[in-house]
Amino acid sequence: MSTLRFDLAAIADQIGLEKKDARVLDVGCGDGALMAALEAEHGADVRGVELDPVKVERCVSRGLSVVQGDANTDLANYPDKAFDFAVLSRTLQTTNRPDQVLEELLRVAGVAFVSFPNFAHWGTRAALMFGGKMPVTNALPVSWYETENIHHVTVEDFRALVSQKGAKIAREWNFANERAIGSLGANWRAEIAVFQLSC
Amino acid sequence: MTNTLASKVHALNDALPLDSGQVLEHCEIAYETYGELNPEKSNAILLCHALTGDQYVASNHPITGKPGWWERMVGPGNPIDTDRFHVICANVIGSCMGSTGPASIAPDGKPYGMRFPVITIRDMVRGLVGLLDGLGIEKLHAVVGGSMGGMQTLSLAANWPERAQRILVLASTARHSAQNIAFHELGRQAIMADPNWADGAYYGGDAKPDNGLAVARMAAHITYLSEEGLTEKFGRRLQDRDAKSFGFEADFQVESYLRYQGSGFTQRFDANSYLYITRAMDYFDLAEEHGGKLADAFAETSARFCLISFDTDWLYPTAESRHVVHALNATSAKVSFVELNATAGHDSFLLPHDQLDRVVRGFIE
Repeated sequence: MSTLRFDLAAIADQIGLEKKDARVLDVGCGDGALMAALEAEHGADVRGVELDPVKVERCVSRGLSVVQGDANTDLANYPDKAFDFAVLSRTLQTTNRPDQVLEELLRVAGVAFVSFPNFAHWGTRAALMFGGKMPVTNALPVSWYETENIHHVTVEDFRALVSQKGAKIAREWNFANERAIGSLGANWRAEIAVFQLSC
Repeated sequence: MTNTLASKVHALNDALPLDSGQVLEHCEIAYETYGELNPEKSNAILLCHALTGDQYVASNHPITGKPGWWERMVGPGNPIDTDRFHVICANVIGSCMGSTGPASIAPDGKPYGMRFPVITIRDMVRGLVGLLDGLGIEKLHAVVGGSMGGMQTLSLAANWPERAQRILVLASTARHSAQNIAFHELGRQAIMADPNWADGAYYGGDAKPDNGLAVARMAAHITYLSEEGLTEKFGRRLQDRDAKSFGFEADFQVESYLRYQGSGFTQRFDANSYLYITRAMDYFDLAEEHGGKLADAFAETSARFCLISFDTDWLYPTAESRHVVHALNATSAKVSFVELNATAGHDSFLLPHDQLDRVVRGFIE
């Protein structure tokens, strides 16, 4: 029934499995697709934060509670553990200080879902190694001079950051060509990685 | 000046207790409604007007004959759709369009003038809640307001949290800043410096403090616009002349425009009301009313909130809306917020804006 993008669908399904009527904060919620699905399919109570005012308008017009704000600064206003789940979907690599944003996510929610394009995917590596140019791929479709991605990250980098922050990886999904792949060799094979973290 | 108006009038049963400790006896609230109230009385939207606004939100103004001040937003098929909702807009107490204010007759048979008690935004809302009680409306589908109307909307959400399901605040603030107070003081001093003001006892006399009131309006009007908007509209263009007069007539179009705004305003507004209402706005500090912490003002709420600001509004800039949003986040309230692009400054909330329309419609639905 869901027409959610594959990585968002994985998050929605997992939240649905873990808790009914969950309280969720979607940071970088875009046009609100995940929010709407969580509300409609899992009865969740969802809030969103989005930087782009046009996307915020689209969300509010469809009845979602979304605040125009910045993941770098505006999470500070939420109380500790105000949410069951926080979601940061393909946004971590655009923040000024991903490490601090990660800390904030795990402060405002007991569980955080974080997804990002894996910069160590073989296609990316090949583009750099053989082409000598910044990669433009499915997961990273924008040229270096236009991209919002200012902190490229790999699966291995992210695992290290999580461990450094003392958080735990509860689950991990890896995707290539929009399909789930095993976690074996994920740092080579995954275009998009989704992690479920807890403190 | 109060009895010639066509509005419905609701007389409050009891004296209205005020924040000052005084009470307002025989308080009347003049209001207009648009669209049908359903049998369950569940489709009512209360619209709160701004400083110099009134209840004629979507019907012709009885004095100026001009269309209602928000007809583009409120009406059949409009974002606040009167085919579906019963919209109530009441003149606030202290004003001069039919609700009890300084121009009204006091119990001693003479106009109140400056004997009218100083009121607050919360007192205005107390009057509006009295009207809702009188109309038998327990829970509003939504309360909506821009500018001072937004202050009333926030005050209602904070002090009568059970009365509204949706709270929509446009171009507003939870407190008046020093700069806001300063501009209002300028306006009040202009009125009080007018010899015709006569300590507020000008009713029934030959002259009103129109010059002072016009200057107050001119100063305030500048704060409703933006530098960009003024430049776009007037630039340095001259008014009906090819060269500067080397005198003090309205050489520039912007001067002519302001003079027109000022004198037009005196036709429809009472100078003492201007003093009282600006005072109420200056006193407004929602956090102060709730122990100094804005989040505590919203502790009881289960309503959904939506705040909208405009990027060129320097009267109540986006930071003020964000301040409210952060307080609502701290209480985990359901809140939406968007800053819209618009060139017209504070007045943008009254002007055509497709994105604004979509947000209002989507939030109200």
